[in-house]
Amino acid sequence: MAASLDIAGKDLRQRLRDRSAIMLAIVVPLALAAIFGLLFGSAATPRPFDYAVVDQDGGPIAEAFTTDVLGFLEGEEIVTVEAMEEEEAREAVRVGDLDAAFVFPAGFSDSVASDDPVEVRVVGSVDSPTGTDVARSIARAYVADLNAARVAVAAVVHQSPGTSDEELSAIAEQVASAPPPVALDDVSAGARVLDAKTYYAAGIAVFFLLFTVQFGVSSLIDERSNGTLARLLAAPVRRSSILAGKLLTSVALGVVSLTVLVVATTLLLGAEWGDPLGVALLVIAGVLAGTGVTSIVASLAKTPEQAGSWGAVVAVTLGLLGGAFFPIQQSGSVLATASLITPHAWFLRGLGSLVGDGTVTDALPAVGALLLFALVTGAIAMARIGRVVAP
Amino acid sequence: MNVSTTGVEPEVQVPTPPILTCANLRKAFGDLVAVDDVSFAIGAGETYGLLGPNGAGKTTIISMVAGVLDADAGDIDVGGQRMHPGALEVKGQIGYVPQDIALYPDLTGKENLRFFASLYHLRRREAAERTAEVLDVVGLTDRADDQVKTYSGGMKRRINIAIGLIHQPRLLILDEPTVGVDPQSRNSILESIEHLSAGGMAVLYTTHYMEEAERLCDRVGIVDLGHLIAEGPPRDLTARLGAAEHIVLSVDGDVEQAQRAIDELPAVTTSTAESETIDVLVASAESALPQVMQAVSATEASIRSVVVQEPDLEAVFLHLTGKRLRD
Repeated sequence: MAASLDIAGKDLRQRLRDRSAIMLAIVVPLALAAIFGLLFGSAATPRPFDYAVVDQDGGPIAEAFTTDVLGFLEGEEIVTVEAMEEEEAREAVRVGDLDAAFVFPAGFSDSVASDDPVEVRVVGSVDSPTGTDVARSIARAYVADLNAARVAVAAVVHQSPGTSDEELSAIAEQVASAPPPVALDDVSAGARVLDAKTYYAAGIAVFFLLFTVQFGVSSLIDERSNGTLARLLAAPVRRSSILAGKLLTSVALGVVSLTVLVVATTLLLGAEWGDPLGVALLVIAGVLAGTGVTSIVASLAKTPEQAGSWGAVVAVTLGLLGGAFFPIQQSGSVLATASLITPHAWFLRGLGSLVGDGTVTDALPAVGALLLFALVTGAIAMARIGRVVAP
Repeated sequence: MNVSTTGVEPEVQVPTPPILTCANLRKAFGDLVAVDDVSFAIGAGETYGLLGPNGAGKTTIISMVAGVLDADAGDIDVGGQRMHPGALEVKGQIGYVPQDIALYPDLTGKENLRFFASLYHLRRREAAERTAEVLDVVGLTDRADDQVKTYSGGMKRRINIAIGLIHQPRLLILDEPTVGVDPQSRNSILESIEHLSAGGMAVLYTTHYMEEAERLCDRVGIVDLGHLIAEGPPRDLTARLGAAEHIVLSVDGDVEQAQRAIDELPAVTTSTAESETIDVLVASAESALPQVMQAVSATEASIRSVVVQEPDLEAVFLHLTGKRLRD
């Protein structure tokens, strides 16, 4: 054990003097996380759409749209709503102060009560196609709901010609009082999705983890290449101690780099990693899994150059498939399932489980998957790596 | 190159008490037998040289002695204990200096030494003392805190040796320690080894420089194609040639034809030709030289210069194998 610590201590000292290692382990991931967070963070958490309502009707149907439909969306911070005159609203849309305006013409409510055609006009900004589309969808859904109420009343009149006006009004009110036609589901999965800053911080941190842990195990090949391995083998040190020292180096580098990134992205980028104990477990399990992967690469490579290039290919492939840069897990495609063969996907899934009210217990399945990954890859590597710890 | 050879039976002299005893060592890599039936022993305070050309098997022999490689057959005994790759206690008695400069360039000379001191279980204070001592021995005290990557080639060679000395081994193994070293550093290294040997350390030294073997070694084992073909003190080995002398001819024209003519002379023991030089081993240069010059003049070659040399290990190797050491 003492020899393993000596070897790990020596390796860590070498790595600390190697600025490229520090760049790759901490500086570059931190910079990329900041850039990705800035680039995609705003897209992932869009600003509310700004709408106006022009109520020339003054009747209950137009008011219900403003209070019930848009009011609900405003409460969810999806839209902002203000009442305006038509000219004012059109000007605001034209100059880009508003994404869209809903215009309820005079007599709208009366038209709904009668059989006359009804129309809600949506004035959209050409600079905000998404906001216009959303406004159009909201209006379309509301009109469809009104049509449903009219159809219901018409059906009653048709089937019961003697129905009184009071009864018809009651039916219309009953239909109208149904839940808002436009509503967002508060999907439970939605609460388990990392916000953009945290997602990119975590994704990039785990992506670079595979490069960082390479400095430990793969340095066995460097030792063999530069002749120092023969010297270690001639010393009173077990081969298993040499290997253990290298693994220890990988784990120490991985844990330190991930921990620094967790703290730095929290303080500098505002990332929210979740329960510290859960994050700690995920970090350790993720580092072990990453070390397992790079150990396989080290056991297959014959030269330091091979180890470096193969390691990069594996890291990039697993990183992309595992959703380190894009939330593949939420795509629902075959790739989402395939991503589960990567430690990256489990690491991110584990962090997702810690969001909101998530606890350590919620992260345990991901921790278990990562440990299993480490066990399997580690066993494969150990079966082969004996040939590396040889002259 | 054309050669003619005469074989010599190997002799083994076992000093008493031996620090290292190798008996019937054999090592093969696939179909290639790198070392075959090699036996020798080294006593305390003795410097033993393994002399042979590149690829002769010297490094394989010392890799087995150092416990880096496992022998396919035979026994290695160090201080009464059997050496093998798992013999950690035995490894603690050996200092190993590999042929390659095996150092960590990002660490300082002192840090390299401290690291290996810890692997050899030296306590912190003892490690500090020994580090200072060996730095003094190799003359690098002033550069101890500089990173090794800033050292010259000769300085790297010296710190490479210092690591092998850090734990005061009973047996020091040096594999071609002067390869690629400038004359000044080479002399410094050789002086250090002489000093260590005088202090009672057993030294196993491989080289293909006969001058180093003649200067340092109490005994020399000549290795060729994995076999130990002769062994003994340098003077004894050269004495086996009798009153042999070298005639080294520089020749213009058809060198091969000239060598064939020389080889037909009864006074010539053996000869080798390389480029424009023919190396002729004879019992007596005085009587053979006129015949040699006459034989060459009868060919389409002409002699540019002639040098007569005393017999040395190079001549012994040439006599035994028909090859030059630096082939």
